[in-house]
Amino acid sequence: MKYIQGNYIIASKEAIARNIYSFTISCPEVADIACPGQFVHIRAKGYTLRRPISICGIDKTKGTLRIVFEIRGEGTEEISRLNKGDLIDMLAPLGHGFTVSEKFNKVILIGGGIGTPPMLPLAQIFGEKATVISGFRNASAVILQDDFKRTGAEAILCTDDGSAGIHGFVTEPLKKLLTEDKPDAVYACGPMPMLKGIAALCRESGVYCEISLEERMACGIGACLGCACRTQRNDEEYFAHVCKDGPVFNAEEVLW
Amino acid sequence: MADLSVNVCGIDFKNPIIPASGVFGYGREYEELFPLNKLGGIATKGTTLHLRTGNLAPRIAETPAGMLNSVGLQNPGIDHFISTELPYLLTKDLVVLANIAGSTPDECAEVAAKLDDTDVHMIELNISCPNVKQGGAAFGTSCDMAGEVTRKVRQATKKPLVVKLSPNVTSIVDIAKSVEAAGADAVSLINTLLGMRIDINTRRPILRNNVGGMSGPAVFPIAVRMVWQVANAVDIPVIGMGGVSSGRDAIELMMAGASAVQVGAAIFTDPYAPVKIVEEMNEFLDSKGITSVKDIIGTVAPW
Repeated sequence: MKYIQGNYIIASKEAIARNIYSFTISCPEVADIACPGQFVHIRAKGYTLRRPISICGIDKTKGTLRIVFEIRGEGTEEISRLNKGDLIDMLAPLGHGFTVSEKFNKVILIGGGIGTPPMLPLAQIFGEKATVISGFRNASAVILQDDFKRTGAEAILCTDDGSAGIHGFVTEPLKKLLTEDKPDAVYACGPMPMLKGIAALCRESGVYCEISLEERMACGIGACLGCACRTQRNDEEYFAHVCKDGPVFNAEEVLW
Repeated sequence: MADLSVNVCGIDFKNPIIPASGVFGYGREYEELFPLNKLGGIATKGTTLHLRTGNLAPRIAETPAGMLNSVGLQNPGIDHFISTELPYLLTKDLVVLANIAGSTPDECAEVAAKLDDTDVHMIELNISCPNVKQGGAAFGTSCDMAGEVTRKVRQATKKPLVVKLSPNVTSIVDIAKSVEAAGADAVSLINTLLGMRIDINTRRPILRNNVGGMSGPAVFPIAVRMVWQVANAVDIPVIGMGGVSSGRDAIELMMAGASAVQVGAAIFTDPYAPVKIVEEMNEFLDSKGITSVKDIIGTVAPW
């Protein structure tokens, strides 16, 4: 594992939905080693703990990373006040990302709410081989749909209240796809109840599933053991850590 | 360049800065960022006789100028430490303080006895962990229990024995005197202060353990006060910690009476904090024309 701490220039900033921001950060040495599913640990001025934010885009040619995050509390609000040209203090890239296999000819990527951004680098890799199902509370919370379409992936949109796309949860279109056209793998990130439902459906269908988890975190690199996640390995219960063993886990290993 | 070396219980430290137990694991993760030999020492993750899984998540919460944790002594057990982590650390040119804990005085003594046959430099006995149901702070909040567990561990090892004290007591001075009388070679303080945060939307505590240990800059003045009081009351060295996040803080804690300084939560904010603190201490000493950091220990001139 290799990671770096440094101050990097924010090359662009955009508000893409209510309380949701997109930063493109110029950080060639981080972009060079970053993988889909990893995260960056951002210092919020005036706060003790850094904030873990998933990577939404990796451009190794331009040497940039993109992050998309939602204001959830005071720390993320502080980070959202940074502007284009400002320096952002990151410890990155961190964590164990998604397993990407060239053998996979059909994959389903599922994002729920602010769990959607880490699916974009996967969509860029798999392109037409991917179907992206994203779910949001309502139309005003919808993000990244054009980005997904540009990758060549099929994009299915769901909202809880039916104000955009399909009325209902992401698990409904997933059920249909699992029976009609079984994929080689499912990747998902979002709220725990959603991930639990997806993991159960994949298990029933015998489809390989990886999920990205989040947890309150301190060091971000596996030293402090703060971000515990109950998992099972070789039939033994094991407290893994979201920052180092994850954030991406084989869904079969997670004890819900 | 000032002389930053200090000596605690006969052990030479190249500088007084030591990452505190719990924030730094066994050192491997931070070695990705800087060589461990830049540090005076390392206080390793609290280790018990057998593997412990720790508490359920969430284990971490932000607080004003600080944080809470309730990890609950998750660790792989002392045998793993001795076979895998300690030999690695002993090659890194820094003082290794093995932090140990247990549910009973006998368990603490057994862990210490296992370390007695190793080349570890010092043992730091944790009688102050606020996050476990048995042992932990239960030892550290009574003079009798603190004395008893120190005595049992003292009998089990000839290694320099540092006892880490809890601030969650009426008189930390009385606890310090009790462990000194029971054979401690030094005391380290302060461990975290017991705290709590509540999510006002769900009315649930943020920590799954409800309460946890508070650390970070907010606790620094309490650490300065307690280090000063204890250093004035005992004849053994004091290792100070609690909210140190700059070279100035470390200097202040040493003036209060600390012979060495541990750095905890600051490392989460800035992983390079301990290295920068060493540099900042040197700059301060040079700017004042002080040739040795030893010359500032306990030099506060109280009113």
